[in-house]
Amino acid sequence: MSQALTYAYYPGCSGLGTSREYDQSTRAVCDALGIGLADIPDWSCCGSSPAHTVDHVLSAALAARNLAKVEAMGRDTAVTPCPSCLTNLRTASHRMADNAFRERTNALLDTPCRNTVTAKSVLQILAEDVGLDALARKVVKPLAGLRVAAYYGCIMNRPPEVMRFDDHENPMAMDGILAALGADVRPFPLKVECCGASYGVARRDIVARLSGRLLAAAEDVGAEMVATACPLCQMNLDLRQGQINSAGGTSHHMPVLYFTQLMGLALGVPEERLGLDKVCVSPRGALRAAAERAAAETAKGSKA
Amino acid sequence: MKIGVFVCHCGSNIEATVDTASVAGTARAFPDVAYATDVMYSCSEPGQDGIIQAVREKGLDGVVVASCSPRMHETTFRRAVERAGLNRYMLEMANIREHVSWIGKDREANTNKAAELVRLAVEKLRRNRALFPKSFDITRRVLVIGGGVAGIQAALDCADGGLDVVLVEKTSSIGGKMAKLDKTFPTVDCSSCILGPKMVDVAQHERIALHAYAEVEEIGGYVGNFEVKIRKKATFVDWSLCTGCGLCMEKCPSRKSHDAFNEGVGLTTAINIPFPQAIPKKALIDARFCRQFLKGKCGVCAKVCPSGAIRYEMEDEVITEKVGAIVTATGFDLFDHTKYGEYGGGRYPDVITSLQYERLLSASGPTGGHVKRPSDGREPRTVVFVQCVGSRDTSVDRPYCSGFCCMYTAKQAILTKDHIPESQSYVFYMDIRAPGKLYDEFTRRAMEEYGARYVRGRVAMIYPKGDRLLVRGADTLMGEQVEIEADLVVLAVGAEAAAGSPALAEKLRISYDKYGFFMESHPKLRPVETNTAGVYLAGACQGPKDIPSSVGQGSAAASKVLGLFSRQKLESDPQISQVNQRRCVGCGKCALTCPFGAVKMIDVRGEPKAEVIETVCQGCGICAVTCPQGAVQLEHFTDNQILAEVNALCQS
Amino acid sequence: MPILAGKELRIVGFLCNWCSYGGADTAGVGRFSQPTDLRIIRVPCSGRIDPLFIVKTLLYGADGVLVSGCHPRDCHYGQGNFYARRRLEALKRFLPIIGVEPGRFEYTWVSASEGQRWQQVVQGFTEQVHALGPSPASAVFGACREIPDEKGGPRVAV
Repeated sequence: MSQALTYAYYPGCSGLGTSREYDQSTRAVCDALGIGLADIPDWSCCGSSPAHTVDHVLSAALAARNLAKVEAMGRDTAVTPCPSCLTNLRTASHRMADNAFRERTNALLDTPCRNTVTAKSVLQILAEDVGLDALARKVVKPLAGLRVAAYYGCIMNRPPEVMRFDDHENPMAMDGILAALGADVRPFPLKVECCGASYGVARRDIVARLSGRLLAAAEDVGAEMVATACPLCQMNLDLRQGQINSAGGTSHHMPVLYFTQLMGLALGVPEERLGLDKVCVSPRGALRAAAERAAAETAKGSKA
Repeated sequence: MKIGVFVCHCGSNIEATVDTASVAGTARAFPDVAYATDVMYSCSEPGQDGIIQAVREKGLDGVVVASCSPRMHETTFRRAVERAGLNRYMLEMANIREHVSWIGKDREANTNKAAELVRLAVEKLRRNRALFPKSFDITRRVLVIGGGVAGIQAALDCADGGLDVVLVEKTSSIGGKMAKLDKTFPTVDCSSCILGPKMVDVAQHERIALHAYAEVEEIGGYVGNFEVKIRKKATFVDWSLCTGCGLCMEKCPSRKSHDAFNEGVGLTTAINIPFPQAIPKKALIDARFCRQFLKGKCGVCAKVCPSGAIRYEMEDEVITEKVGAIVTATGFDLFDHTKYGEYGGGRYPDVITSLQYERLLSASGPTGGHVKRPSDGREPRTVVFVQCVGSRDTSVDRPYCSGFCCMYTAKQAILTKDHIPESQSYVFYMDIRAPGKLYDEFTRRAMEEYGARYVRGRVAMIYPKGDRLLVRGADTLMGEQVEIEADLVVLAVGAEAAAGSPALAEKLRISYDKYGFFMESHPKLRPVETNTAGVYLAGACQGPKDIPSSVGQGSAAASKVLGLFSRQKLESDPQISQVNQRRCVGCGKCALTCPFGAVKMIDVRGEPKAEVIETVCQGCGICAVTCPQGAVQLEHFTDNQILAEVNALCQS
Repeated sequence: MPILAGKELRIVGFLCNWCSYGGADTAGVGRFSQPTDLRIIRVPCSGRIDPLFIVKTLLYGADGVLVSGCHPRDCHYGQGNFYARRRLEALKRFLPIIGVEPGRFEYTWVSASEGQRWQQVVQGFTEQVHALGPSPASAVFGACREIPDEKGGPRVAV
């Protein structure tokens, strides 16, 4: 692993609010891996939810303001944990490849954006820049015995021509990372399906149906935990699990963690820096079951 | 010199954006132009007669035709000037259709450009001279590459026409994809019953030499006299002794070898005859699975073989064959569906390809014709067919339609109902492409008589649900999402160019398109010829084709070969290099660079000089550029001619 | 006859018969519209193109020269485009020495099936030459342009 891995860091608004533990654990994991995260000074909204439904130029300008700040930092890569931020930053870059569009966007900005920055997800830099082998070497507490389903959500890899990362129908980056940490990663067929996030306020019945299907599928493949990379996915699957259960008459009890939290555990980061207490469905049971399974496995191995 | 210029309207193809009368008018002022006119269709009979008449009446020594591409009609007009009594090389063409009228709408610019191209042609023609071909002997044998149905047809037709045929097949039996099919559309007749007899004919034909389990390694020479190196891969069985009794297969202890013939749905033995009707019916050892090779001990087959044919020490052998023409019939491969992550990327055992399903349907297949799920051997009740997997999809770089999948899917839906009467088939389709005799009627029967439910839309994803598969797609006619729980999913995978096609094309010196399919000489009028003389195409190597089309092309290629060989001698193209021996200093660089070995060094009064072997030279002109003395010139493309063209364009 | 003043520049193409000339034909058949500046000279193989042809063309006053052959490994004659590639690479480095801007000469590979690619190549090269404007060469070298008429006369007089 190169000593010089330092990126401009864009936490996104969820990182300061609903997904504080994602931001915390990301910083802790990068710290443990020797990756520098330089916060973008005076960052602002990425242009998510409202703007892009109304005006592409306005939405791009919101993203481009942040990209321009990264340019001012003298960096060429911005990383963000949130796939929604990532989508907006990358879409803006993609659209600004057209000079006319870029000019219209820059007309709204004090500092024009040259469009020289590539936005990447935390998942992408961990999978590509750090690499699975290097990661595996850093593991101090393997996640052995942990049956986990990796859930990427619908926008981490799509649209492929904008995101340019992993297979957009069957991504494997998170699967690979979790496997490198020693977990028993289950093939999860719905790993890129919608959780219903955009209907989170207006049509909770749809969220309950779509997210419920995800939890059921995860149970079907024998997972005892779901790992996510998206604040909205995590919220829908975790916070709303009670609503899902009452709407569908089910009794799911599925902890849903950010993959960075699991990484932190494996890399030996102190729990208080990972925000495990921030999630609604406690992961304790699943982690304990995994540890017991691993111990039994080791015992069996040494007996044989 | 007196030159005549004929500017073609090509109906409205040229005239619409080029003022041909004005081009002809401008041309009259060019040096040596004695006559210039515009004509409606210069390639038509009256058009050609007009050229001939003008040559005779005006006493012309050369003709410029400004019309379409010379790649289209150069031969036509060369014959016309020859009929008029001129040498055929006293013709030049100006391409004012493909390179002018069809690519721009600005009439003024086009007219000006057309006149410049005519000027260029005139300046070249002024420096042309009469050229005369040499005739040379030919080897009346033909090489057919690929033993699928197209290659079989080509080989049989050539052999029946009295030619000796060398048939090279990559696998250990001829038959190709057709041999793997259970039934064929739209007649639902048994594939091996109609193909089998033809395969036997190949084996028994005294004029056909079959090299199975062999590949073309190297091709040298040129039309009439190719020299082909063929690598006969080691089978580890002496085929001159093997009787095909199959005892070795019965006794072989390695029973978990990949079964390529059954598309991996079954397993076979390490020593095997791929299928009962194989031609030649000879065993071969798959060294990847044989215990003798993996562990160094076993030798069961050697012990049981009644004719003592086993040869573990056998090595590849390279043989050389001399032929006069080559028919390429290397067929196609199936699209690799693991590229579709949303369909499981190959992870689900009960998501199979159409050709695997064909083996499950076949009475000679691994399940004896009983349709069983690969995962648990259960008979499926609900079968979902997904069409256009690797066809008409730019996201996997396969924008083309494979043509036959709609038909074979309908056939498989019909056969499913025949095999399992209580089953229900669903077919997800984009459009139904069934243009052919009795084809559309056939797909309708699948729906109406056999109750296959056709859903117009693509499948978004397939994932396991319990021990079944959930197929989720769109019904674009109903405008809603559909979810079907299936026991078995059959992917109608499209056709792609056979693996190794580009490498073979490079050996044959023929062109291929970006997908690896070989390029024909003309998409409509010369569908089985290539731009390399003496090399012909048959079947799906040129593009996806069903059986009737492949057989038709096999016969067509054979007729082209028979036509070529009906001449006693072939004429060489005289547009070849010539050495001016007074200028030649005997450095030998031309001989070194020539890709064909067409330049030899000779001794002229004690001094080394280069000499071109006229029937071997192919006229590329590499030597002409290499020669430091300007002693080598390529006839019809001399330095002076090319520079005259440059001059014609650059003088203002 | 002059090029259309103010509209066109003088661009000369040397195309091999088997691939690129065919590709240009395919572009025509597909009606892929292109700028009208380019005039194509057909040669059997890109290996037939003497770099000195290109030098002469530029000195005679062409504003741009485009060479196109078969893709590497795809040559109708087996190796012609490899010879061409070496020669043209050397030429590329030589042209600035005699004062020709690098953008006035390009070589590329287009197969007979790549009509659309040919359209893009022509479009791109024409725009590139137009960005450079008319070549100053014809004014400077206008004097040295005589063409030997007899075969075997003096070769390229550069």
